[in-house]
Amino acid sequence: MAANSLISIEQVCTQYKVDDTFIRALNELGHIQVIVQHNDQYIIRDQLKDLESMIYFYTELQINIEGIDAIANLLKQIRELQDELMLTKNKLNLFENA
Amino acid sequence: MEFIDYYKILEIPKSATEDEIKKAYRKLARKYHPDLNPNNKEAEKKFKEINEANEVLSDPENRKKYDSYGKDWKQADAYEQARRQQGQSRRSSGQQYQSGEYGGDFSEFFESMFGGGGRRSNPSRFRGQDIQAELHLKLTEVFTTHKQTFSINGKNIRITVPAGVENGQVIKLAGHGAPGANGGPHGDLFITFSIENNTKFKREGSNLYANVDLDLYTALLGGEVLVDTFDGKVKLKVAPETRAGTNVKLKGKGFPVYKKDDQFGDLIITYGVNLPSKLSHEEKELFSKLKKMRDHGSE
Repeated sequence: MAANSLISIEQVCTQYKVDDTFIRALNELGHIQVIVQHNDQYIIRDQLKDLESMIYFYTELQINIEGIDAIANLLKQIRELQDELMLTKNKLNLFENA
Repeated sequence: MEFIDYYKILEIPKSATEDEIKKAYRKLARKYHPDLNPNNKEAEKKFKEINEANEVLSDPENRKKYDSYGKDWKQADAYEQARRQQGQSRRSSGQQYQSGEYGGDFSEFFESMFGGGGRRSNPSRFRGQDIQAELHLKLTEVFTTHKQTFSINGKNIRITVPAGVENGQVIKLAGHGAPGANGGPHGDLFITFSIENNTKFKREGSNLYANVDLDLYTALLGGEVLVDTFDGKVKLKVAPETRAGTNVKLKGKGFPVYKKDDQFGDLIITYGVNLPSKLSHEEKELFSKLKKMRDHGSE
C-alpha cells in the first residue's frame, strides 16, 4: 500500500485529540481498519471521513462506542437500502410507460 | 432577512444555563446530524440551524449581543463598534466543534449580526465540506465515454464520464470538495448522475429492450425486418409463424458495460404483430376463405 494513503494513528490522535483506545475499539468492531507497518499503526486515508464522523459522535455528541457501533451498522443498512431503492427505481422505469 | 429565534430552535427558555444549552444542542444534533440522516436535506437544513443557534448561544459574548440586539439586529454593527471602542477583548477560546462538514454555512441573519468574527476559533483541523452535485445527462450521451465540464461553486471541473454509467450512480472525486478548516484536507466531490432516457429503448444495466411491430404477413410467412439498434440498424430474419411477444436477443447490441472496454450488453427485441385495417372487399373474402380452410382443417 502506498505510504501516502496511510495516516499514522498517533497523528490522528494528536490532531483530533482522541485516545488511541478509541481507534482500537473501532478497529475491533470492524468500523476502521488498522494497518501495522514496521511496528507502527496506520489507518487508510479514505477512512478519515468516517472516522471524523465517529470522533464527532464520541466527543461532541457524547455517544459511547456501543452507540457508535449501532449507528454505523444502521447507516450501512440505510446506504444498502438506498442503493437497492435506486436499482428498483431504474427497474421500474422499464415497465412504466411501456 | 428575518429574525431567527435561536432559543426556539434549541427548544430552550431564554433563561437556559450554559449546561442546558449544551445538552439541548447535543440532543438535537444527535437527531439531525447529516451523518445520521444520509440524503435527508431537511435534516441537513435543521442541523445547520441548530449549529448556528449553538454557535451564538453557547458563547457568552455572542449570546449577550443576541439577547440585547437580536430583534434589532440592524443595530448590531453600532453595538459592535461601541464595544470595540471600549477595548473589550473578544471571545472565548473554549473548544467547540465547528463542523467542517456542515457547520460553515450560516444564515444571512447570523452573518449580519456576527460576521466572520462570531465564529469561534477551533484548534482542530477538519476536512472540508463534501460537495454533492447532480449531473444531468441524456442516455445517448452516456453511450460513449466522454469528457464533461461543469461548474461547482464557480470552479470549472472537467471529468471523464465513463460509458455505461447508471442513473443514480454516484462517483467520488477525492479532494475536490470544499477546503478544510485550519489546514485540514479538502472534502470530496460526489457526483450523482441523473440520466434521462431520450430514446425508445428501455435500459436495465447494460441490456436494452425494444418493441418491434411486424406486419401480419411477415409474422405469418417469415421474412426480414430492419430493426433500430442504439447505434444503427440491423436486418433481422423473422421466422415463419412468429407470435406476438416473441423475444429475440441481439448479442452485444445493448449498452456498454460500465468501465469494461469493448463489452456490451444485449438488445432484446420483443415482437408485436400489427393487424391490417381498412380491409378491401376482396381481402375480406380471402380472409373468410382462409378461416373456412382453418375451420375445415381443424375438424
